[in-house]
Amino acid sequence: MTEQESPAPGPDASNDPGQILHELVSHLRGERSSLRQEWARRISDAKLLSVMTSGEVFSEVTAAYDNYVSVLETGSVETLKTYARDLSERIIPRGVDTDEVLGIVLLLRDVLARSLFDRYQEDRDLLDRVLDVYEPAANRIAVTVGVSFVEERERVIREQQVAIQELSTPVLQVRERLLILPIIGMLDSQRARQLTEQLLGAIQSHRARVVVIDITGVATIDVTVANHLVQTVEASRLMGASAIITGLSSRIAQTLVDLGVDLSMMRTVGDLQGGLEEAERLLGHRAAEAEDVASPPVVGG
Amino acid sequence: MRVAVLRQGDYLIASIQSDLTDSEVIALREGLLERVGRFRCRGIIIDVGGLDVIDSFVARSLTAIATTARLRGAETVVAGIRPDVAIAMVHFDIDLQPLRTALDLDEALEALDTATGRAGAHGR
Repeated sequence: MTEQESPAPGPDASNDPGQILHELVSHLRGERSSLRQEWARRISDAKLLSVMTSGEVFSEVTAAYDNYVSVLETGSVETLKTYARDLSERIIPRGVDTDEVLGIVLLLRDVLARSLFDRYQEDRDLLDRVLDVYEPAANRIAVTVGVSFVEERERVIREQQVAIQELSTPVLQVRERLLILPIIGMLDSQRARQLTEQLLGAIQSHRARVVVIDITGVATIDVTVANHLVQTVEASRLMGASAIITGLSSRIAQTLVDLGVDLSMMRTVGDLQGGLEEAERLLGHRAAEAEDVASPPVVGG
Repeated sequence: MRVAVLRQGDYLIASIQSDLTDSEVIALREGLLERVGRFRCRGIIIDVGGLDVIDSFVARSLTAIATTARLRGAETVVAGIRPDVAIAMVHFDIDLQPLRTALDLDEALEALDTATGRAGAHGR
């Protein structure tokens, strides 16, 4: 790996760890281009960073190498942290995984360690001391990069969770006494609870009599989700509103039957249109009934 | 007593102001059923808007009132269950299945009118 032969280290440089570190860093700086190439080659051999072009990989490798060496020299991980966070921000959206990032950092550690072996193999004692200095520093860097990457990832996930929660499920009023609740996407316990609360709040504020819950946009349904729906319907009933479930696909219907979910209490209609018609019928029925009895002369005449 | 029972036409309106002890619930049940006979009532509205919790005992008592009242010729509507109370009830599997429920007093009166076949008698 190390083509150029450096002169053997002088005996005065062999005892002071600071001196060794300095020696080590200047070696790594001296070998910069060959080690950097070796690192890039091993990254592509290991099929890491396959989502990036070789040019991108090389420029990242250059920046990362310089950072790595300067962190080795100064022992300050702040720069590296900043760099790692910045790198994560750029590569996470492109689908780079944690194992890739850690693999790359460990590869660099190995490349550098091997170069140190080559450099100091003549002098076993000196090699030991050099590795004593090098290993803790290199491990600290690997841990820092890994942790920064995971932290960045978690930050992205947290942001997305907040964004998803803010996409509140709209409760829409179609006409007086009639609400629609279109549900789209995954229903988990937390969302189902939030949804029920919103619906009940809307029933109270709009004085709704009928609620159409449309689950066309729900891809899959399981026992938990089905029970959440049953609970939502039951809670609406306690508030004096009838709920109609629409948009059950044939696949979901079969799943529910296979799972043995008891939907006998639920009023279900195939699609939203049918659900609205049913809702009108429920509301209209009541209105007509009330009118007939209340003022027969007007209706009759 | 924390339950005000009003008579409006031949409907009884029981308004529960705050959480009740079990004995108060029993007293309410007996009081209501006695009045149904005395005033020859056709309907009962129980407004539970003041309740922070509807536990299984209260729920069973409400159901019992409704069933018994029906035997004596009166329909029962429970009104004013709040959203959080409804969620808690469903969560703990507390059932008011045979009972009529309504959002508030207005709706309950309307529901009773429908149930007793004289809609619009009280206006809206």
